[in-house]
Amino acid sequence: MTQTMQDEGYVTADGRKIGGVMMEMKNITLRFGGVKAITDISFDIRQGEIRAIIGPNGAGKSSMLNVISGFYVPQEGEVFFHGKKRPPMKPFEVARQGIARTFQNIALFEGMTVLDNVMTGRLNYMHTNIVQQAIWGGKAEKEENENREVVEKIIDFLEIQSIRKTPVARLPYGLKKRVELARALAAEPKLLLLDEPMAGMNVEEKEDMSRFILDVNDEFGTTIALIEHDMGVVMDLSDRVVVMDYGKKIGDGTPDEVRNNQAVIDAYLGVSHD
Amino acid sequence: MPDQLIFAMEVTLNGLMAGVLYALVALGFVLIYKASGIFNYAQGVMALFAALTLVGIMEGQVPFSHLINAIFGTDVHHFSWSVPALGAILLTMAVMVFLAWAVNKIIFRHLVNQEPIILFMATIGLAYFMEGFGDMMWGSDIKKLDVGLPQGLNMVIDETTYGMFGYGFFIDNLDLIATVIAILLVSVLVIFSQYTKQGRAMRAVADDHQAALSVGVSLNFIWVMVWSLAGFVALVAGIMWGTKSGVQFSLSLIALKALPVLMLGGFTSIPGAIVGGLIIGVGEKLFEFLMGPIVGGATENWFAYVLALIFLVFRPQGLFGEKIIERV
Repeated sequence: MTQTMQDEGYVTADGRKIGGVMMEMKNITLRFGGVKAITDISFDIRQGEIRAIIGPNGAGKSSMLNVISGFYVPQEGEVFFHGKKRPPMKPFEVARQGIARTFQNIALFEGMTVLDNVMTGRLNYMHTNIVQQAIWGGKAEKEENENREVVEKIIDFLEIQSIRKTPVARLPYGLKKRVELARALAAEPKLLLLDEPMAGMNVEEKEDMSRFILDVNDEFGTTIALIEHDMGVVMDLSDRVVVMDYGKKIGDGTPDEVRNNQAVIDAYLGVSHD
Repeated sequence: MPDQLIFAMEVTLNGLMAGVLYALVALGFVLIYKASGIFNYAQGVMALFAALTLVGIMEGQVPFSHLINAIFGTDVHHFSWSVPALGAILLTMAVMVFLAWAVNKIIFRHLVNQEPIILFMATIGLAYFMEGFGDMMWGSDIKKLDVGLPQGLNMVIDETTYGMFGYGFFIDNLDLIATVIAILLVSVLVIFSQYTKQGRAMRAVADDHQAALSVGVSLNFIWVMVWSLAGFVALVAGIMWGTKSGVQFSLSLIALKALPVLMLGGFTSIPGAIVGGLIIGVGEKLFEFLMGPIVGGATENWFAYVLALIFLVFRPQGLFGEKIIERV
């Protein structure tokens, strides 16, 4: 990749303009005790891009996502966000920087309604003080209404109006995944991290989710990094793909480039070691 | 109206008042349980500690005076000042906030993701530590607490009921005040948890730590906040109970009265703590009044637990509990 491309971005096959580098991971190494989950991996995520991280089970994909979102702190390597080196941060601090995420095993507030869940995504947009909020005075009402408007827009967008008041615990799996996406979107993130957004879904649900991901990117211009098992889905969705295997990066490039990469084919189809 | 019925009415009223006091203690448990899934055994001791500190500050007692005297051979007991009630309450609250911070920093931060039983045991340890610490800090004498709350027979109720039934009800002013305070406290807590940003964040943390982190909620901040709130509730309970029966170490045992209240009301419901408290309060007073003479009295010690046991069989999540939860 040339220096000019680093600065100016590129234009995708379907004509979308991709900007400069938003997030850069440099030589990341993550260990759990003696086990290396990630070994010396570098890659970048560009403004407006849909970036996928793929790889077989146990390749270290989720660990990578956890490093980006601050849940894991790598032993070696540096993370750059908007060109600035990021010091080790707590996950909540990362979230406040504009990085929202979903989880592989769905982490929703089960006791709350869908609406309340999505509203929690707006917590960092509430600036009135506790007394104003409690007595519904001052700017608190205006602020709450503004936040509600954003949330309702997202709820409409993801087509979950009919379950707005339903407690999350009662929802089927596919809808929970969608609510989790809604909550992440409510934070109006600069970078959205999706950990296996389609895991465990049937074909129809997968198609819906793919459409939503594309629409989010298109409509809000949100940069998205996602992890996925399903190669077909990934190749259709993403602009560039990082391929991991056993904690190492074995490929990086457009879906077509990756598809024809021998190391990737070996990792996915298996290769005899003789 | 037959005498028996009038007495029963008075007993019921007194039971309601007693129930409010139980509920005050139960509230502290609910707050911490809701936000962190910890059953805080130390809640009763926190009430005792708050009351001890309040009295100590008001009377200008020198903290750790026994220790200081033993080490330096001095003989100090009191400063030359005393602090007015309101100022002392604010100072005590500051101490409780510091305590919340310290408890979180020293103990619970290191126990994140541990089993509930481990956390529970940590609070048992905390309870005994604080009991000893309170003793060392303020001494173990029984102290009188007077923050200026009215006490004794309420004349208005006495005269009104005398006019109505020819028999004046004995209602303690302090109990009336406790009722008003409890209503205020519950309203404030409900508004806080339902309508404020911090309340929303608190509910989020209660539900799922990871998810809360991912929407930008600081777990530490919320935990310190919740323990401070529980400290505040403990202070209120400490003032009420301390004024009623003196500040002494048996105060920490009121925690045991809160347990059946929680089983009845549900561990996760703020209104449940109040309703549970009222049912236990009225239940035990009425039962003592009606059945006491037949079974030989002293039913108040065990009645609450039997009632709670019956509830556990038929409705284990309590009256207002959200769902079946792991119990200690």
